[in-house]
Amino acid sequence: MAKKVALLQGNSACALGAIYAGCKFFGGYPITPSTEVAEVMSEELPKVGGKFIQMEDEIGAMASVIGASLAGSKSLTATSGPGVSLKQELIGYACIAEVPCVIINVMRGGPSTGMPTGPGQSDVMQARWGTHGDHAAIAVCPESCQEIFTETVRAFNLAEKYRMPVQVLYDEIVGHMRERIVFPEPGELEIIDRAAPTCSPEEYKPYDAKSDTDVPPLAVFGSEYRFHVTGLNKAADGFPTTKANLVAFEERRQIAKVECPEARADIESNEEYLTEDAEVVIFAYGSSARSARYAVNKMRAEGIKAGLFRPITIWPFPEKRVAELGKQVNSMVVVEMNLGQMIFEVERIVKNDCKLAGVFRVDGDPINPGEIMAKVKEVL
Amino acid sequence: MAERYEIRFSGAGGQGLITAGIILAEAASIIEGRHAVQSQSYGPEARGGASKSEVIIGEDPIDYPKATIVDACLAMTQEAADKYAVGIKPGGLLLVDTDFVKNPPKGDYTIYDIPIMRTAKLEVGREIVANVIALGAMIALTDVVKRESGLQAVLAKVPEAFIELNKKAYNLGFEKVKELMAG
Amino acid sequence: MAYDYEKSIRPGKLPHIWCPGCGHGIVMKGLIRAMDTCGLEKNNTAIVSGIGCASRLPGYMDFNTLHTAHGRAAAFATGIKMVKPEMTVICCGGDGDGTAIGGNHFIHACRRNIDMTYVIMNNYIYGMTGGQFSPCTPTGMKASTTPYGNPDPIFDISKLAIGAGATFVARTTSFHATQIDKLIAEGIKHKGMSVIEVLDDCPTSYGRRNKFRSVVDMMKRLKEVAVPVAAAAKMTDEQLEGKVLTGVLFKEERAEYTDQYAKLIARVQGA
Repeated sequence: MAKKVALLQGNSACALGAIYAGCKFFGGYPITPSTEVAEVMSEELPKVGGKFIQMEDEIGAMASVIGASLAGSKSLTATSGPGVSLKQELIGYACIAEVPCVIINVMRGGPSTGMPTGPGQSDVMQARWGTHGDHAAIAVCPESCQEIFTETVRAFNLAEKYRMPVQVLYDEIVGHMRERIVFPEPGELEIIDRAAPTCSPEEYKPYDAKSDTDVPPLAVFGSEYRFHVTGLNKAADGFPTTKANLVAFEERRQIAKVECPEARADIESNEEYLTEDAEVVIFAYGSSARSARYAVNKMRAEGIKAGLFRPITIWPFPEKRVAELGKQVNSMVVVEMNLGQMIFEVERIVKNDCKLAGVFRVDGDPINPGEIMAKVKEVL
Repeated sequence: MAERYEIRFSGAGGQGLITAGIILAEAASIIEGRHAVQSQSYGPEARGGASKSEVIIGEDPIDYPKATIVDACLAMTQEAADKYAVGIKPGGLLLVDTDFVKNPPKGDYTIYDIPIMRTAKLEVGREIVANVIALGAMIALTDVVKRESGLQAVLAKVPEAFIELNKKAYNLGFEKVKELMAG
Repeated sequence: MAYDYEKSIRPGKLPHIWCPGCGHGIVMKGLIRAMDTCGLEKNNTAIVSGIGCASRLPGYMDFNTLHTAHGRAAAFATGIKMVKPEMTVICCGGDGDGTAIGGNHFIHACRRNIDMTYVIMNNYIYGMTGGQFSPCTPTGMKASTTPYGNPDPIFDISKLAIGAGATFVARTTSFHATQIDKLIAEGIKHKGMSVIEVLDDCPTSYGRRNKFRSVVDMMKRLKEVAVPVAAAAKMTDEQLEGKVLTGVLFKEERAEYTDQYAKLIARVQGA
């Protein structure tokens, strides 16, 4: 049987990806350009017995999502710009309390109200460091409507597996444009559910890590496993502690569970296009990578050995592969719809191994291939 | 055909041009199995005044998702023509509504005019199908998708009760182009 | 035989953090008795709080407990209740937590009439941070950030809850210990958003600054200002000056939020 296909907006693809992943709760608040995610969820969730709630504000939306997740539901929120800023405290809550959830950030210009209907990629550092305190981050950055679907599914899987908030960042261009989506059949994409405790309820400790990179199983409110959750630093039993060794162990474990080599290899996802023999590699993500691929094709036709490195997982940063490419190429050109953010991560990794330049834009128009080609020719 | 073909539909908000763009993208990517990206103006830009919808069609995946230089442009109003009938490829085409665009911007492209709104009102009896007439005319002029694909995409979008109405409107778009070419 | 509170308390979690003379412990005991009266199953009950002294209460209780972020208890609780409408959800916290930083969540939970019981301990001060004024600090009184007396007017929490749409609203004080459990129990049994405001005292941060010589003085004041609603009906405006009405202030039956959503799902799935 032929697969179901449809021409869909990126935001609709996101919502349908969430449903495919088993999402049963959405708590949101209207904000451009992410609102269509909420609209589609409000329509689709009741069909599958899920719950949609439009909360009184962005913070309440994030809070409801964490509560819903603790009650056992895969939970989603979607927001943009100022809404992402408002959610930061509770994203940190989900980090320290280790509550799986997915946050969609349809990126627009900023800061503040900025350009609500214009695209931007200026939230990539916020996705890493937006909430206060030391913490790990997982963020993915799809470039097409189809990839928004599959990356939303993967975001849920990562959230459940690593027991933490996962952010899906895509810009207004991909969020609002329409492309063909080929819907995967049920079972075609892997769906991961959080690990449930196997010990007896009396023995259960919600943060009982077996190693310094372990992700302990999370029980569900309303089951026989009663437990306590707090945003305070806590011991293995979930209760507050200020004991230095326990605080340090937990803080370090919650980062190491994402940044240890095994986890990085599992979470990392990149696309490489014509990088094998490349002398110049364009580092680009999200819709900017589409412009970059167009530019690479044009330059190849002109005999320039250009390639594209596109991180789909932007956090954790693909350190190992970027370092290798830095040693291989003559130059790297970082293309992003901001005034230079990821370029500093690239610089941190490649150091002086190759030349580095950036193509930045924040005027509401996408970066066009011509700008990229001009910069490449300048640095080569 | 070039690696990508770009079409822009523009007119007044509420004339259904975003829908026309979506239908064309569906004809190309769903019915013909090629690649298409549709995008549109948003926010304050999309309310009142002029609005636009752009479709890029190609045999391979579309990388850069926005229009670069359009092959064909439709303008249903003078305001839309002034604002959006720009960046048309040399040798490309501009289709305007005879009655509502008195001064189409001139350039190195062919300008066609059809009384689209008038045709909708007088020959179909419903102004609401003007976008479907326009879509038919644009497909007739550009050949960017097969006539049958466009019709199939239109009919997939409309309720049962409006099938005949829309079929008539779509075919009128083709007839008007035929008359234009003959005339 | 003395009432057995231990069965509801997590082993090893006492002593609590509250200062001598604080009313929160009285409220917690009232809550325990009320939950017992209602026969709540531990596994099927969640207690959710925000940040502050009063919000430490859930940590002592042997139920599903969630100590959230400042002001957010009602919003977290809404998520739990939406996913598991069969669970009993109880929120607790202080006046600053519930009506200042969390005011928006509080009034909207009332508006939705979602089936939760919110026990709000009003001690008219931010106690944990050292006694700053809250939206409930009486005008003219002293707090660490109102050294010249509080210029702000106050929120009447119960009126706020009624105005926002809560369908069971009651008030008592920590002096009226036995009334606490009766009102909370009635709130738990009520289908919809129930708000029980308990006036209690913070001797450390409020009493000390405002010339209350002892906890007993503060308790005496609670006793004196409280007027049951039935008695108030027979009193003149002059007699009621400076008094606080106690008992069930408001009760009505109105469609409950998660019930309504369940009907919506049934309608969508039936269509």
